[in-house]
Amino acid sequence: MTALAVQHTRRRANAPKGARARGGRLATHAVLLVLAVLWSLPILWAVYVSLRPESDTKKYGYASIAHALTFQNYSDAWTQGQIPHFFQNTVIITAPAVIITLFLASCVAFVVARFSFRFNLILLLLFTAGNLLPQQTLLSPLFKIFLYVHVPSFLSQSGTLYDSAFGLIVINVAFQTGFCVFVLSNFMRTIPEEITEAGLVDGASVWTLYWRLTLPLCRPALAALATLLTTWIYNDFFWALTLMSTGSKLPITTAINNLKGQFAQNNNLLSAGALIIALPTLVVYLVLQRQFIAGLTLGSTKG
Amino acid sequence: MTVQTATKVAPARKGRRHRRGPRLTRRDRVVIGLMIGIPLLLDLAFIWGPAMATVFLSFTDAHSVAPVKWTGGANYTFMRKVDPTFWPAVQHNVIWLVEFIVIATPLGMLLAVLLDRGIKGSRVYQAIFFLPVMLSLALIGIIWQIVYSQQFGLINGLLQRTSTTDAINWLGNPKLNLWAVLVEATWRQAGYVMVLYLAGLRAFDPELREAAIIDGANAWQTFWRVVFPTLRPINIVIVVVTVIESLRAFDLVFITNGGSNGLELLSSMITIYIIGPANRIGYGSALGVVLLVISLVPITFFLVQQFRKENRP
Repeated sequence: MTALAVQHTRRRANAPKGARARGGRLATHAVLLVLAVLWSLPILWAVYVSLRPESDTKKYGYASIAHALTFQNYSDAWTQGQIPHFFQNTVIITAPAVIITLFLASCVAFVVARFSFRFNLILLLLFTAGNLLPQQTLLSPLFKIFLYVHVPSFLSQSGTLYDSAFGLIVINVAFQTGFCVFVLSNFMRTIPEEITEAGLVDGASVWTLYWRLTLPLCRPALAALATLLTTWIYNDFFWALTLMSTGSKLPITTAINNLKGQFAQNNNLLSAGALIIALPTLVVYLVLQRQFIAGLTLGSTKG
Repeated sequence: MTVQTATKVAPARKGRRHRRGPRLTRRDRVVIGLMIGIPLLLDLAFIWGPAMATVFLSFTDAHSVAPVKWTGGANYTFMRKVDPTFWPAVQHNVIWLVEFIVIATPLGMLLAVLLDRGIKGSRVYQAIFFLPVMLSLALIGIIWQIVYSQQFGLINGLLQRTSTTDAINWLGNPKLNLWAVLVEATWRQAGYVMVLYLAGLRAFDPELREAAIIDGANAWQTFWRVVFPTLRPINIVIVVVTVIESLRAFDLVFITNGGSNGLELLSSMITIYIIGPANRIGYGSALGVVLLVISLVPITFFLVQQFRKENRP
């Protein structure tokens, strides 16, 4: 009875709105289309400029129809900008930083989620808040610490944390761990406790509970976080800018600052270089977009 | 750099968790100690230690080599009364924040609401709006530099103003460049807010909306009276993301012109004083404290909202 009544009223409520709903849909499309075109213009423009030979743009101007298209700018930017070298610098920093961050964060998250110690809340607060601070507020002491802390030479050529890949790994790990602790501890709380309880009854050690029973169940969260962390550390500009002085050691995102000067006279080359540097994140974006978004919004929905 | 926030802490299941019982062996306790201890040490040494030390250094004249001398509030007096860039930088930070609150964030929310209507091609739209979020801010700065370029750019090209006499200097004119850079920042921020908000909307119970429509509410009323209030957790995240991202703004202005000539921000001033040739670590710290104190407001707000539930006895 009630269901019928509801259906009836719903039909009545919708009927006169049919045309209006269609109009609304059309307006939605129109707004989205205009914005989408505006949104993609900068990238499309960079692609267009990068594909034109400099001579072509010199002759006809930049806002003109291309008379020739070429990939020459890409190969020139690749070699003149020493891009493979800077990519390598980035990998040396990013890969260990992501792995260590996930390991350390999952350790803290496991303890916080599975044992009720008094200091759990304070721990969570410390880690979460630390990650929200603007990086610049930490800079002056960090700068001094990095200059004065000595590190064995097999870890850092410079002998200190300053100006070394090792130092950048350390600061990236320290800075990113907070967010991962926050996300992973939330995630681990959704895992049924019976699993660890059963393990405890069987006499499993804490390490076994963590490594063998809990971590494998966290794979979706770990995969999402790994995607996110890789992108963030790849994209980090600030730490290498301030804590590294040798230009040839810079990771690629910070090296952009120097490439900009090097290619200042040639926008075609600069566009090509910028798009090459964007490529890894664009690949992540195309292949792992779902992981990335899942990581960003992890815990925001109930599932 | 992104503000990194997940949105909702799962409700703590008090009483069901393991007690710190005698079941833990000595070895287990050592393992737990290490699992907590090492990350905590790292966090204290490289995050909270420096955050505290910034406050200390702000009362000194620290440089890179000379011995540190206590100077009391001298740095703060210099900041307020002498430094010609301090107040403009504060003003620019405020403009940045206001722009995010008034334009970038609402635009992202609007995109999310429109995309949530399940129209055709919404995945393509979403991909387009989200693309800038994947790029580093440094790269965004470069891409827009190519768009804004005086003689070679897209905008001046379309306006037909590329000669040396009438070209608009979007990034060089101190009256224009902050707004030009804010367009770049919005390009990214809107997509970021869109994705966060979309996740919230997707979790929203569609029956509630239907019920509202049956009751005769239009789309506008349904959103503001029904959907918006129930999305409180995600709204808090959006507020925090908006404020923190505008305080963190740095990469775009730095890649554009090093944070000068109309693009001064607190963050870029700190950086330039500390790593620049002047090497005034003490004064840079004082600026850092200002930014730190302001940042603690949204951070505290976020933590209180997130962890209030857990704190209940």
